[in-house]
Amino acid sequence: MIKSLDPRITRAEIELNNSIAPLEENDQWETYEVFHQKKRGDQHMHVGIVHAANPDMALLFAKEQYGRRGQSVNIWVVKTREVYTTDYEDSDIFDTVPEKMFREAGGYKVMEKINKYKKEHKI
Amino acid sequence: MNTPAIKELLYKMADDLLIIGHRHSEWTGLGPILEEDISFSSMAQDKIGQSQALFQLLHQLGEPDADTNAFTRNANQFYNAQFAELPNEEYDFSTVRHFLYDHADQLRFEMLAHSSYEPLAKLARKVKGELKYHVFHANTWMVKLAQGTEESKARMQTALSNAWNYALGMFEESKFEKELIAAKIFEGEAALKTKWIQAITPFIEKAGLKLPPEKEWNPVYGGRKNFHTEHLDPLVKEMGEVFRVEPASQW
Repeated sequence: MIKSLDPRITRAEIELNNSIAPLEENDQWETYEVFHQKKRGDQHMHVGIVHAANPDMALLFAKEQYGRRGQSVNIWVVKTREVYTTDYEDSDIFDTVPEKMFREAGGYKVMEKINKYKKEHKI
Repeated sequence: MNTPAIKELLYKMADDLLIIGHRHSEWTGLGPILEEDISFSSMAQDKIGQSQALFQLLHQLGEPDADTNAFTRNANQFYNAQFAELPNEEYDFSTVRHFLYDHADQLRFEMLAHSSYEPLAKLARKVKGELKYHVFHANTWMVKLAQGTEESKARMQTALSNAWNYALGMFEESKFEKELIAAKIFEGEAALKTKWIQAITPFIEKAGLKLPPEKEWNPVYGGRKNFHTEHLDPLVKEMGEVFRVEPASQW
């Protein structure tokens, strides 16, 4: 018998045999990544994941899980396994040497020139 | 304005939605997977909301307020089709009923969007998006389950065959049918039924299922005239249980 911290499970007197059946194909559907668009023209934003048996069903579930508050005009779903990703152990590729000010917009001091131009042309 | 005819129309729609909404809500926590559980429960709430809106129209016509009307009547005072009150059984029957009912519901509201009874036309336009989603959902599940395994296909066919005559009972005509059509309030049950068969047929075919042969069609009428199966009474008692404890309390 299974003894569990949850008394309901213990009371159910479930026989414990050693073979725990592996999940079959339809026991666990694959996942889809969900992207929603708040208004037409905006970029789609990733909002979460749903399990579904096919893309149509994924769209249905995505609407209900992520679009039911009336904040979406459009939804995309993409099979999780179709998404390519970088490795976390490579996350140092995003580091950059901070001294390269010439790469940043803030590294260019142009306000003086703009103000001078405005003054001359009385804009 | 033909108030008795409008009231009868509103009552049958409100009761169909309330009872089927309650039945659908019985799946909450028991759905096949989490996402579907949430979707089905959410649609159940939509149905209750739509029925509430219809009860409010009835209230404007002098009937009791929505909560009193929904929760204090006895089973033999309900106007829903018997189809709506049948127990959920398993997901095969629930899905088939959802499919057959929601197509009819969507078409009924589409027709009513042009009704000469403006409050109902306005409501019909308001719920259009919800109904569209419900029908998307039903179509997707209907086809998917019917095209699953041999077992799931057989079960969907059995469920469809069992549901069919009850589903036809949704189109039981009212004694006000001619008046409703003449006053351009509602185009009538017969017109609705024709549109409904046209709408569901492509999906039944896509699913690889078959409707029973037409000579075997035998609609189960009675619901619109307050005749119900033994399943409605316990449902109504359970649904109104909390309300009846303290009818005056504010929610």
